[in-house]
Amino acid sequence: MRQSAVLAAAALAFAGALAVQATPPPLQYVNDEAIAGSGMPRLLSDYGFFADLGEQVPVPQVYPYRLNTPLYSDGADKLRFVYRAAGTQFRADGEGLIDMPVGAALIKTFAFGEAETRRLVETRVLLHRADGWVARPYLWNEEQTDAQLAVVGARVDLTTPKGEAISYRVPNKNQCKECHGLDDAVVPIGPKARNLSGEWLAQMVAAGHLDRMPQGADQLPLWEARESASLNAAARAYLDVNCAHCHRPGSTASNSGLDLRWEQQEPHALGIGKRPVAAGRGAGGHLFDIVPGAPEKSILTYRMASSEPGVAMPEIGKETVDEDGLDVVSRWIAKMTP
Amino acid sequence: MIRLTFAAALLASASPLLAETHTVSPGEDAQARLQEALILAEPGDEIVLEAGRYALTDGLSLDVDNVTVRGAGMDGTVLDFTAQQGAGEGFLITSDNVTVRDFALENPKGDGIKSKGADNIVYHRIRVTWTRGPHQENGAYGIYPVESTGVLVDGVKVTGASDAGIYVGQSNGITVRNSIAEANVAGIEIENSRNALVEHNVATRNTGGILVFDLPGLPVMGGGNVIVANNLVVANDTPNFAPAGNIVAGVRRGTGIMVMANDKVLVENNILSGNPTAPVMVIAYTQPFEDERYDPLPREVTIGENTYDGGGYDPQLDGAEMLLAAFGGELPPVLWDGLGSVAAVESTAGWSLNLTEAGKGLGGAQPGPLRVSEPTGEFDRSGIGAPAALGERLAG
Repeated sequence: MRQSAVLAAAALAFAGALAVQATPPPLQYVNDEAIAGSGMPRLLSDYGFFADLGEQVPVPQVYPYRLNTPLYSDGADKLRFVYRAAGTQFRADGEGLIDMPVGAALIKTFAFGEAETRRLVETRVLLHRADGWVARPYLWNEEQTDAQLAVVGARVDLTTPKGEAISYRVPNKNQCKECHGLDDAVVPIGPKARNLSGEWLAQMVAAGHLDRMPQGADQLPLWEARESASLNAAARAYLDVNCAHCHRPGSTASNSGLDLRWEQQEPHALGIGKRPVAAGRGAGGHLFDIVPGAPEKSILTYRMASSEPGVAMPEIGKETVDEDGLDVVSRWIAKMTP
Repeated sequence: MIRLTFAAALLASASPLLAETHTVSPGEDAQARLQEALILAEPGDEIVLEAGRYALTDGLSLDVDNVTVRGAGMDGTVLDFTAQQGAGEGFLITSDNVTVRDFALENPKGDGIKSKGADNIVYHRIRVTWTRGPHQENGAYGIYPVESTGVLVDGVKVTGASDAGIYVGQSNGITVRNSIAEANVAGIEIENSRNALVEHNVATRNTGGILVFDLPGLPVMGGGNVIVANNLVVANDTPNFAPAGNIVAGVRRGTGIMVMANDKVLVENNILSGNPTAPVMVIAYTQPFEDERYDPLPREVTIGENTYDGGGYDPQLDGAEMLLAAFGGELPPVLWDGLGSVAAVESTAGWSLNLTEAGKGLGGAQPGPLRVSEPTGEFDRSGIGAPAALGERLAG
């Protein structure tokens, strides 16, 4: 820690001395100590993930990526990046999560608005440390110059792309774990091979970042092209990405017995003909999670269609109803044979 | 000098190293200050909530082991969730060895306090109230420990839950005692849990007073080894206000103590009065199911000595009038559906539906007087209840 501070000071002094000369800026490096050390950097800029923080231009060692089907977050535009520590290599592990060794970081910035009016609201980081992954939220300042650690989260008034004025919730540290917790550890959710593009993965392999092409990659449909995918694939992808981080064994909603993972094939576990356990008024007067052929009688869609705390699913991470997701899941249930 | 250092070391090891007390007061930014204290706490710390009303907009959460959260009394420190905007419960606890005590939660949008996978938890003198009284849009559970080993609920009070006031699910080593459950759908519910002791509670004005359930299709099943003793189960006559779809929505108004499925349950020394459907009800799970691991029958249920002040004088049952006429104007206090195995002390007055098959409805019912054998031998109480160490935390 002290050593890196001294280096940083030296670098600053050096840069200052050369400021009058029109040389290219010095190469920027990610601050590995910030990722893997025991402290918790106060500012997003402390990590050095970005060459231009406000414009979200990453340094060369930080790679942007996307997910085929993303998690709905009130329509936020999400900018995703991954960092691999020097001397390590990501490892393929079937269709599931890419194995990212200690020193890796996942960075996700939530933005609302386009072009000139784009506003960065928060950046969430997942840091792989020797004793496991840690998750922290950073809240962007008004000037859009940097984001500050916000362990207690925040509420931010903003307008969604659909024009809904909401009180957007930046999660606190514990809420990060509500979704990222699995068997009492914090784990990444997004970068599963089945939900990453084959093209991107091939690039990662070619560049030596990833050891080999994962088996079962690129299975989930592209969300914006879901109409050309099968309805079953689109709906199951949606449920996997939006629900299954909690609704699976070992996670926050395990006690419900509902398991919405992509690989789950048992109808009852998926909610078909399954009675609720602790839904309370979230059941909405319905008897089963999914009634084949009848989305209007299914608890799953009832809760997706709500934005009221105590009823709405997911419980955290959204304030508004995802009409597109609701449409796909409703049609999927409607097409099931009673 | 050496001896002094040695003594200091002993002291340090006897109490948590550098345990701190963090005091939070109501007022501006209470949400952020309280949540910050919960996040920054270190194991061994105590968070003190000063008296007053805390206006909260989001659920709170604690994920640090061995922390005590202490208020200034269940009427002194009030966490007010009336304006809650997010989260599925008022307060979520996901760490072990936590004690919460001496404060209240009012009007959480979902559940009150939920502790999940939180072993050795103590709830002491906590109040959870939905202030408008019974209403189907109230939250489901007041006190809600689930998937935990070691649960002590002592001296709490829950009013208005649209499911269960005190609900313990999928857990082991449980004591619920000295508590009041009033005007909930279910007062106290022990579900898919083992080794539970429910004693010295008051359950009143609920739809059903105390329920012991085992349900299929859950990660943890095989509920049993439960003792329900020395409770006052009185006037549970509130019409069922649970949203349809929930298992408790099927509980009949006027149920005192109800055992559904389960293995080895003892019901004794309770005082039952004013439970117009059935002071005691023992039945099989009533719905169809496909879970091969599940046994829908109540097995080895023992009805010991209880004090029954009347029986089912206004039963919410199909054919109530005929039943009342057949039994001379009032149903005997203990109702069994005839499935599984029940033993009762000789003085027990009861009746049976004499069903022969579970999950087939009441079509085959042939109501008649209860004819069961007397209990043989002592009920095995070993291992039932919360670990004794949890009770030791209540001092002070």
